Amino acid sequence: MNTLWGDALSGFWSAWIIVITLGTIGFAFWLLWANRKTDKRPDADGTVETTGHTADGIAEYDNPLPRWWFQLYVATVIFSLGYLVLYPGLGNFAGVLGWSQEGQWEKEVAQAEQRFTPIFEKYQEIPVPELIKDAEAMQIAERIFLNNCAICHGSNAKGGYGFPNLTDTDWLYGGEPEHIVATIENGRNGLMPSWQQLGADNIENLTQHVLSLSGQAEDAERADKGGAVFGSVCAACHSPDGTGNQALGAPNLTDETWLYQAPGQSLADSIRQTLRNGRNGHMPAQAAYIGEERVHLVAAYVYSLSQPAQ
Amino acid sequence: MSTAFEHPTYNYKVVRQFSIMTVVWGIVGMALGVILAAQLVWPELNLGLPWTSFGRLRPLHTNAVIFAFGGSALFATSYYVVQRTCQVRLISDKLAAFTFWGYQAVILCAVATLPLGLTEVKEYAELEWPIDILLAVVWVSYAIVFLGTVKIRKTSHIYVANWFFAAFILTVAVLHIVNSAAIPVTATYSISLYSGAIDAMVQWWYGHNAVGFFLTAGFLGMMYYFVPKQAERPVYSYRLSIVHFWALIMVYMWAGPHHLHYTALPNWAQSLGMVMSIILLAPSWGGMINGMMTLSGAWHKLRTDPTLRFLVVALSFYGMSTFEGPMMAVKTVNALSHYTDWTIGHVHAGALGWVAMITIGSMYHLIPRLFGQSEMYSVKLVAVHFWLATIGTVLYIAAMWVNGILQGLMWRAINADGTLMYTFVETVEASGPGYIVRLIGGLFWVTGMLIMAVNVAMTVKGSAKSGAPLPQTA
Repeated sequence: MNTLWGDALSGFWSAWIIVITLGTIGFAFWLLWANRKTDKRPDADGTVETTGHTADGIAEYDNPLPRWWFQLYVATVIFSLGYLVLYPGLGNFAGVLGWSQEGQWEKEVAQAEQRFTPIFEKYQEIPVPELIKDAEAMQIAERIFLNNCAICHGSNAKGGYGFPNLTDTDWLYGGEPEHIVATIENGRNGLMPSWQQLGADNIENLTQHVLSLSGQAEDAERADKGGAVFGSVCAACHSPDGTGNQALGAPNLTDETWLYQAPGQSLADSIRQTLRNGRNGHMPAQAAYIGEERVHLVAAYVYSLSQPAQ
Repeated sequence: MSTAFEHPTYNYKVVRQFSIMTVVWGIVGMALGVILAAQLVWPELNLGLPWTSFGRLRPLHTNAVIFAFGGSALFATSYYVVQRTCQVRLISDKLAAFTFWGYQAVILCAVATLPLGLTEVKEYAELEWPIDILLAVVWVSYAIVFLGTVKIRKTSHIYVANWFFAAFILTVAVLHIVNSAAIPVTATYSISLYSGAIDAMVQWWYGHNAVGFFLTAGFLGMMYYFVPKQAERPVYSYRLSIVHFWALIMVYMWAGPHHLHYTALPNWAQSLGMVMSIILLAPSWGGMINGMMTLSGAWHKLRTDPTLRFLVVALSFYGMSTFEGPMMAVKTVNALSHYTDWTIGHVHAGALGWVAMITIGSMYHLIPRLFGQSEMYSVKLVAVHFWLATIGTVLYIAAMWVNGILQGLMWRAINADGTLMYTFVETVEASGPGYIVRLIGGLFWVTGMLIMAVNVAMTVKGSAKSGAPLPQTA
């Protein structure tokens, strides 16, 4: 099937396409040509004879084909044959112009690179803390953000359910320029494993303990019991005091910032869900799509969002 | 219904059944369209329920208007026309009755399954495999009834309307069976027999020919009977009929790839789709010319006959959208128009302006004759319906042109630094006013259809009262 469907066809399929294409166009044209004359033209005083047969009282004239319509038809056939000489269409014949959509795309991308790269290179050497003071650079950076990042993080960068808020000072992987650049360039995978195997009782205790870390426990006794499990199971990533670990992307559980609290869901329920089912956060790597220069700019934009107003 | 309606020669019962369902499904399908248009203005109207969400109601809308409304109209008119022009009764009343009940069953299955999210996810071919099989059986029966009746005709010639109906019936059978070929997994789930770019190509070979044969050839068949009949004039040119019929059915087959410009489809296939779409312009216009020129010498009738007005305006929209189609198939135009509301506007110029208008005109000719009346209960209401439909269509397509070109230009606009000037959500925001105008156009249409329903009901009621036997014209 590949030989039938690729851009390079086998000789047979190429010939097949050429024959039926030209056959169809030829038939369409012959049909027109063969019927260009009729013996039932209007006579001198304008009366026209019908074909003689009627259907349920409907008679038919046999007027000649309107001239302008005939010419339109011929013109489209000529255009099409010309197009098939210039562009790919007749099997493996690539067309005199050698055009292809891939070629056009590559050419346009190369032109764009040439035109726009100097603009971005100019900013590449400027360190992020400096760059955020450049209003023009930040304007460009905002456009990059809006067209590439806003679809998850929101136009105002405040995030949403499962998508981190980029305007606060709470960072999963660190908020220094080099951390932000690394996050955007290579992406991140945040994996919270499921702890279903600990049993419902332990999950309830842990939920209360996690709530207690920000002073919101509903059941102090359970929160206390959960502390022991937290120490042996959760502390490895979230650290013994629950403040998290940015090297692993393990969130700080003490700061009342919650990434996975769905709209309408209680905090306790969202924690239970996280413990039971785990979570899988995925920030896609952007370097391959937008290039290092734009990563640098958009990183500066993200950095600027949590800086105190200048 | 009273036996007083029974025509001594022809089977009008099945025609009456399909005609009434045409009106019913027209209202259902278009009302769904209005709900969807409103959802695009106020997304809360999704109601937060899966089965009332846009994604599930949209295929129900398209199936209801194309297949339930348009399909019932095609069954009704083809059964009527083939009997009248062949001067013979349908070859089998039982098989004809089976096509009616079978086809309505297919539609009810669609109404039940599409909101539940049961779909083969192919546009205009969403129905799951058991329903596909039922439809295939019904359709083959339809072909037997129609072609069998043509075969036993008492006339020497096969009238041009029947060429178009026959081409539509045969081709839709082939399209439906090939594109719906799938491997069943469960009773409500199947996987397409094709994969990747081939699947896409088969789908749009089907999709564009659904337009070409279901929505064009079939309705041209309707046009070729009801326009000369209502205008009481001979058809303009038999020769033109021959040329444009054969060219139309030959070339339409090729146009599908223009739905897949600038995709993974090989360059050669895209080019062929484009050039054949351009060659299609003249054959498409052949039908418009033949219809319009049939009116020469009868133009004055437009002043007093709103039914004829429906038919003529339908031909105008047909001419407009068959010019627009080849233009949109040109790659450089398509690069702007594709994926925008322009496409939706184009479809509705055809679906409302052509398909629905020609159907409604034909129904206003047909329904009084089926129920032993000389004309509709109220010709004034037909005129009101005409203006509602015409204004509604113009509002709809103008709004979508504006939105489509706006979206296309906003999507490609770039700043001096090469970044995109607008985010996607800004283009959605900018489309808001157009969506409101489109909704108003849709409301015009549904109002018109409700007026039609009243008019039809009163016509049927009037005939039941008078009990007048059918006029026995040959």
